Amino acid sequence: MITSRRNFIKTTGCLTIGFCFGVPAGRSAVAKAGGLQENPHINAWIEVLAEGRVRVLTGKMELGQGIRTAVAQVAAEELNMQMSEVDVLLAETGRTPNEGYTAGSDSIESSAMSIRYAAATARQKLLELASRKMNVPLSELNLADGKVSLQKGGSGAVTFAELLDGKQLTDEVLLTVSLKAKDKYQLVGKAIPREDIHRMVSGEPVYVQNLRFPGMLHARVVRPPSYGAKLLQVDEQAVRQNLPSLSKILVNGSFLAVMAEDEYQAIQAQQLLREHSKWSDGPPLPKVSGESLAKYLQSLPTRTQRVSGKGTMASLAGNLIWKARYSKPYIMHGSIGPSCAVAWYHESRLDVWSHSQGVYPLRESLADLLQVPAEKIHVKGVPGSGCYGHNGADDVAADAALLAMADPGRPVRVQWMREDEHAWEPYGSAMIMELEASLDTKGKISQWKYELWSDSHGARPGGEAANLLVAQYLEKPIKRQSSGFSGGAYRNAEPYYTIPNQQVDANIFKGPLRVSSLRGLGAYGNLFAIESFMDELAEKAGKDPYEFRLDHLEDERAKEVIRTLRMRVSKEELVHTGMGMAFCRYKNSGTYIAMAARVAVNKQNSSVEVQKMWAVIDAGEVINLDGIKNQIEGSMIQSASWTLQEQVRFDEKQVTSRNWDSYPIFRFSQVPEVEVTVLDRPTEQALGVGEAAQGPAAAAIANAVYRASGKRIRNLPLVTAGI
Amino acid sequence: MARFDLFVNGKKRTIQADPSTPLLYVLRNQLGLNGPKYGCGIQQCGACMVLLDGKAQPSCMLPVESASNIHITTLEGLVPADQSLHPVQEAFVQEQAAQCGYCLNGMILSAVSLLQESPHPDHAAICAGMQRALCRCGTQARIIRAVHRAAASKD
Repeated sequence: MITSRRNFIKTTGCLTIGFCFGVPAGRSAVAKAGGLQENPHINAWIEVLAEGRVRVLTGKMELGQGIRTAVAQVAAEELNMQMSEVDVLLAETGRTPNEGYTAGSDSIESSAMSIRYAAATARQKLLELASRKMNVPLSELNLADGKVSLQKGGSGAVTFAELLDGKQLTDEVLLTVSLKAKDKYQLVGKAIPREDIHRMVSGEPVYVQNLRFPGMLHARVVRPPSYGAKLLQVDEQAVRQNLPSLSKILVNGSFLAVMAEDEYQAIQAQQLLREHSKWSDGPPLPKVSGESLAKYLQSLPTRTQRVSGKGTMASLAGNLIWKARYSKPYIMHGSIGPSCAVAWYHESRLDVWSHSQGVYPLRESLADLLQVPAEKIHVKGVPGSGCYGHNGADDVAADAALLAMADPGRPVRVQWMREDEHAWEPYGSAMIMELEASLDTKGKISQWKYELWSDSHGARPGGEAANLLVAQYLEKPIKRQSSGFSGGAYRNAEPYYTIPNQQVDANIFKGPLRVSSLRGLGAYGNLFAIESFMDELAEKAGKDPYEFRLDHLEDERAKEVIRTLRMRVSKEELVHTGMGMAFCRYKNSGTYIAMAARVAVNKQNSSVEVQKMWAVIDAGEVINLDGIKNQIEGSMIQSASWTLQEQVRFDEKQVTSRNWDSYPIFRFSQVPEVEVTVLDRPTEQALGVGEAAQGPAAAAIANAVYRASGKRIRNLPLVTAGI
Repeated sequence: MARFDLFVNGKKRTIQADPSTPLLYVLRNQLGLNGPKYGCGIQQCGACMVLLDGKAQPSCMLPVESASNIHITTLEGLVPADQSLHPVQEAFVQEQAAQCGYCLNGMILSAVSLLQESPHPDHAAICAGMQRALCRCGTQARIIRAVHRAAASKD
């Protein structure tokens, strides 16, 4: 079970399960992935159904990134089937493989590859079975559309179901199996449309929010007025007087919740309970924001870690050419559909429907919370709205589980309200990033010192109850067993550039707001800083930003995305606008992306308009071309909104960003035109793209603002900086 | 609790609800519709949009007792009898204008309403017409293309 967020994919070095150097790209990632190692049999991933259909099982969740379609494509390709003949079953405990979390841009690299090899092995086994049954050599057989037939034609085709005689394929998936030749591909690499979009536009029930069960109760939780506030008293009588058909009011320590037959009743009850309850004050929050927040965070006690180092930094002080300090605020996931879950305790079993990114870890966490065996809990993944990381999905599942146990036999639906999600979701941590560098006589970076300050970027429940929101508010709060995952803070902190002397340090603090994984983790802040600083150094060296970066890269794929970008934007005419660019290789081992932004700056009112953004991306072998474009377009726009205007605000008592007025995100009039170019590398490992653009987008925009206005903004969000 | 007659997707529906219940919850719970969605409950995000006499409006704060003499159309109500798709729905599918898709209800209904009033909107008019609907996945660029496509398809 993948409970930690280590950097799985390293393309160098020997692997641990018997494969060594010389393994073709793709197999190494599959061998590493927890999926096949723990689920080695074909039928863990591929089931043969009647009528020539096949079902793909994935432990990953559909988050809007299109993984449901991509895994179907990969399987349909190997089995020579139409997309319409392939069903996909998403993450479900006891049913699909345990693939940990759908996170880290990992799904293509792990799940899709496991499924590719499982489907290819299935093809091989089915051909072998047909060969024996039909008494014909393998070379004379053709497998397609759910059956095996003679290549020369004629009657005597046998369906998969006939070959298997009601059974499934239980052989082990072979990493040595022959994959379908790439020049024969019909589906992979193409812009295959997602069939779920058809269902979404016509209003079919797709989301966890649309689940309905007979006898289902509607529930709402009354969250405390601030972190750590304790419930002192509740006037249940006053509430029940107004809403006589309330089902149940649940009080467990400071966990206050209500269940009703009617949803609007539950909402009114939530409001009334808030009015008729008394809470103690929680510990005050520091009264800081912007620069004072950054200073405050840098003053906190920290755990320090040397992330990486090379050469010697001894002469940096003497040769120092430039230093700069950057910062980013707390930002939120801001899911349009607040988190929702349904739980039903019946026949000694707890069923939970959740849009969690990790159904297996959630099951473990709920088992810990409720003190019941995990086997008694079943979690079925049902898509919610886009989450972009660890939002309220696990927390609301815990709320629902507690309420379901309190009213056995009835399904309970908990829907977080807008304010619940805004105020209680775990944010992307505020960060401070400091850089110092020196240049040699040729204008190349000779020393580079990077130091970052951040809170954790990973506080998922991870199999324990303590990180679930409700856990600290129960009568008996649940103690944390393990410390948080801080590795996310220094994601992409080590520069991908060739710099002979460098040092990267991370200082992890425990800040005032609740934090966890937000798309890209530390990479957003780190790449904003690094790519802004690269532009600043380029100017010091008298070099063009593209040339400066190319001079410091050896990886041809990295250089190619940068050169291609430069070509694509070379004809841009800039009329009272500025262009900026940025580059990254996500996690220094994943997708390559070069980005540019064109902005207009209005100095009168300090407004920034992002007019257009470009991305050139190399994600290795393309699985779904449109899926990649969609993700990158979306992440550029999302990151532009983060970068221009987003920050979670709070006062001494509580988070004050509680709705879309107090935490505005981009609306249509602010959205830039976007253009994505995908470089397909069919012989390279397929890489995930979901998070690659967040960091470079921020720097490309900041670099463009500099060119448009002469003002270098180092503290996000851009528009509060005053241009 | 009281009984109300509503006109939803071309049919008269009789429901029982507390008169102050916002239309959104009546559509979803009493009538089992999936189109309009809860996003904020305070008319800031557009997830709950419906067409009220052909015009896109939020449904999360409209009390059901005020909704009786209005033709209400939800997302599913746009689907013609032959189960194909409304031109705007079809345009969104063709452009693959969705990632998580949760905002689609507000987007499609806003677009339908916009194109009724302004059959050939330019970029600025589309942005103005869609301004009430939020998308967090960053699909707006595709959504704008879908609206252009829908406008063209009606010619």
